[in-house]
Amino acid sequence: MNLTLKIWRQKDAQSKGKMVDYKVTEISEHMSFLEMMDVLNEQLINSGEEPVAFDHDCREGICGMCSMYINGEAHGPDRGVTTCQLHMRMFKDGDTITIEPFRAKAFPVLKDLVVDRGAFDRIQHAGGYISVNTSGNTQDANSLPISKHAADEAMDAATCIGCGACVASCKNSSAMLFVGAKVSQYALLPQGQVEATDRVRNMVAQMDLEGFGNCTNTGACEVECPKGISLENIARMNRELLKSNF
Amino acid sequence: MSVLDSKVPKGPLKDKWIDYKNHIDLVNPANKRNIDVIVVGTGLAGGSAAATLAELGYNVKTFCYQDSPRRAHSIAAQGGINAAKNYQGDGDSTYRLFYDTVKGGDYRSREANVYRLAEVSANIIDQCVAQGVPFARDYGGLLDNRSFGGVLVSRTFYAKGQTGQQLLLGAYSAMNRQIARGKITPFNRHEMLDVVKVNGKARGIIARNLVTGEIERHSAHAVVIASGGYGNVYFLSTNAMGSNATAAWKIHKKGAFFANPCYTQIHPTCIPRSGDYQSKLTLMSESLRNDGRIWVPKNMDDVMAIREGKKKPTDLSEDERDYYLERRYPAFGNLVPRDVASRAAKERCDAGYGVNATGEAVYLDFASAIERYGKEQAKIHNIKNASAAKIYELGAAIVKAKYGNLFQMYEKIVDQDPYKTPMMIYPAVHYTMGGVWVDYNLMTTVDGLYCIGEANFSDHGANRLGASALMQGLADGYFVLPYTIGDYLSHEIRTGKIPTDSPEFDAAEKEVTDKINFFVNNKGSHSVDYYHKKLGNIMWEKCGMSRNATGLKEAMVEIKALREDFYKNVSVPGKADEFNNELEKAGRVADFLELGELFAKDALAREESCGGHFREESVELDGEQKGEAKRNDKEFAFVSAWEYKGEPGEAVLHKEELEFNEIELKQRSYK
Repeated sequence: MNLTLKIWRQKDAQSKGKMVDYKVTEISEHMSFLEMMDVLNEQLINSGEEPVAFDHDCREGICGMCSMYINGEAHGPDRGVTTCQLHMRMFKDGDTITIEPFRAKAFPVLKDLVVDRGAFDRIQHAGGYISVNTSGNTQDANSLPISKHAADEAMDAATCIGCGACVASCKNSSAMLFVGAKVSQYALLPQGQVEATDRVRNMVAQMDLEGFGNCTNTGACEVECPKGISLENIARMNRELLKSNF
Repeated sequence: MSVLDSKVPKGPLKDKWIDYKNHIDLVNPANKRNIDVIVVGTGLAGGSAAATLAELGYNVKTFCYQDSPRRAHSIAAQGGINAAKNYQGDGDSTYRLFYDTVKGGDYRSREANVYRLAEVSANIIDQCVAQGVPFARDYGGLLDNRSFGGVLVSRTFYAKGQTGQQLLLGAYSAMNRQIARGKITPFNRHEMLDVVKVNGKARGIIARNLVTGEIERHSAHAVVIASGGYGNVYFLSTNAMGSNATAAWKIHKKGAFFANPCYTQIHPTCIPRSGDYQSKLTLMSESLRNDGRIWVPKNMDDVMAIREGKKKPTDLSEDERDYYLERRYPAFGNLVPRDVASRAAKERCDAGYGVNATGEAVYLDFASAIERYGKEQAKIHNIKNASAAKIYELGAAIVKAKYGNLFQMYEKIVDQDPYKTPMMIYPAVHYTMGGVWVDYNLMTTVDGLYCIGEANFSDHGANRLGASALMQGLADGYFVLPYTIGDYLSHEIRTGKIPTDSPEFDAAEKEVTDKINFFVNNKGSHSVDYYHKKLGNIMWEKCGMSRNATGLKEAMVEIKALREDFYKNVSVPGKADEFNNELEKAGRVADFLELGELFAKDALAREESCGGHFREESVELDGEQKGEAKRNDKEFAFVSAWEYKGEPGEAVLHKEELEFNEIELKQRSYK
């Protein structure tokens, strides 16, 4: 298929960016979206132009490195996938595809489609851990039974890949789905109880400091999340935060 | 007498590590504050090492090319992590895990290292649970296990199909705690481009800030390389796009010997390639072989009909199918180790029985499993005379519960429903057992320079068992390196801060800058990927699943010629002092173009078949094992450690003889 691409080009964080049009031809429906981008870049390099910078790494939907806002949706039109898992069979011959970086005040653009998601790391530095040293004589793993239900629910929260699609999809650029998932994983497990109060307070404080917006329960984040992280996690984080006052 | 000293402690195998820990020198807490350590790579090995060293009190700097330490490719490991916990009471023990690992590695690993690995494996699970890793549990709230290929016990712990992700997030959380305390300074989107040696000791690195292009100097009292494997030398592999050998290769060029580069694991169950644009291959967990049956059609007519779309695989009756693993290996069937399963698939496809357009695919069929589970469920639910449709429905539900996420992943990529039609799979490069040579202390042949995780060569011999990579990465990082490096650093307490304005740093930085300037100014005619794909093609064709002397000699010549062409004609757009993906790739491919040649040289020198290394000249000629790989313990029971001498083709071989005192060397038989 032949496609027109409208892509955000921006030299660096300081420069102003703009949308630029490109044409790609003979794109196979079996290609992944990023392989289509590879074809474009090979074409640009061969004609002496600068290729489009974009983040990507594992290309199997688990590292959370790829981003891109495609036709107005984080990770594009398919559900439950990251951009690297999106396939060209979702598009038709002759389509025009708009490709932008994730947009949020807390995710400044570094170049073209690459944004800085360091804010997510800093939120986790604030409390995304359990304080246990590596000694080799921690108590036996089975000495603390955890109900299957709690373990499964914690796993559902822990499956977040930290890609930032929730932030990009939110009209308020809120990071509450991400932070909610992180707080929930520990809140659901007995190991997380000891530091629960400080954890939720510190992580939420850092989230606010980074410039993320508030949650107004529109639920766009849950729809666009490639890992199906549930809104329940936001509710749980709010409960944890309330609880931390008593 | 070899220049290699493995420094394996004396004494009985089971006491070596305990005695060693009792007798090493320690650094007092006040002195640890004055000692800096650099860790390159933040996967399971690097992340766990960085966190633990910082907990101990050292000042740690971490480096990763990704935008966050949490994205290292350990995150993609699916199946699980082995540990000799014997929670299932099925007879597992430290010795058994040790034995299975040495045997699985085809008797080409160091006994003492593997025993230590098995010994600390149980601690890893305890540590991860304490960190809040949500491992799968049973209804009693205790940890669940599954079994993996090549072993007879259930010792694999897992977190759905995302075990690597959860373990890495655990290590990352431990790092976060130390970052918050200021004990770890993370340098994300940074790439190490060289190591700096002062008076023979590793004293720092030169790194490039991948956002600004700035070249930076970082000094330390010891440097730890945890940068993963070199599978991307094949261009197509299950590795991440950015996975590279640059850190490992640069230290090799500065004096660290490189061991067994030809030991590469080609994983049998990956999604086949679909075209020339393909950028990477996707693994489907080995756990699928527990229930999937692998086959190709018996008759060539059916192969052709399927390729032309005139027949569907489901049209073929049982006796028109060749379940070749069950036919050749009745004892282990579809659960033979990875190397055996991969070669068998290649053998069928080379004979023309591949079932897709490229002729490089075999079927992995769940129909029998669905029927078997369906009948079992019908019985459990007391449904008499269940219809075929009902049995299918019940069985598919069980298969979905076990492999749902993998089936969904397959469907997203291939656009076919594996519940209704068999999956197509083909082997792909997955893991590299070879790597930087290290002694028992995990130190390379350069003082103060360590190498851990997949980047080193030490524990898996010539073939790695499933669910052992995660175990080794975390064992090295959490429980081995923190002791061994302390013994070295105890002699550094009076050294003081290492200055970065020395002539050694000047020279290393100049070398790096010159190379970068060369790339951006070399206005050639081909992209970096053009060369990477060509290299990958040579590697796959001549250094792939089966190798012979003629092919390997050709590969050495072709790779050298390709490298020369690369330096003449490569084109790297953009500038040095900016965010420049192509420049990053150019440096990595330049190193792969050297490593590939050494790979072929090593494969040529090893005139035996062992594990992932299969030499066509070395097969059993008769008897029950006819056609199977033939090891040569008399002449090749050694580690090949290569010393760099200016050109990869001129590397000098040093042999570390392997001694087997606990285990009797046997031929691996899965018949």
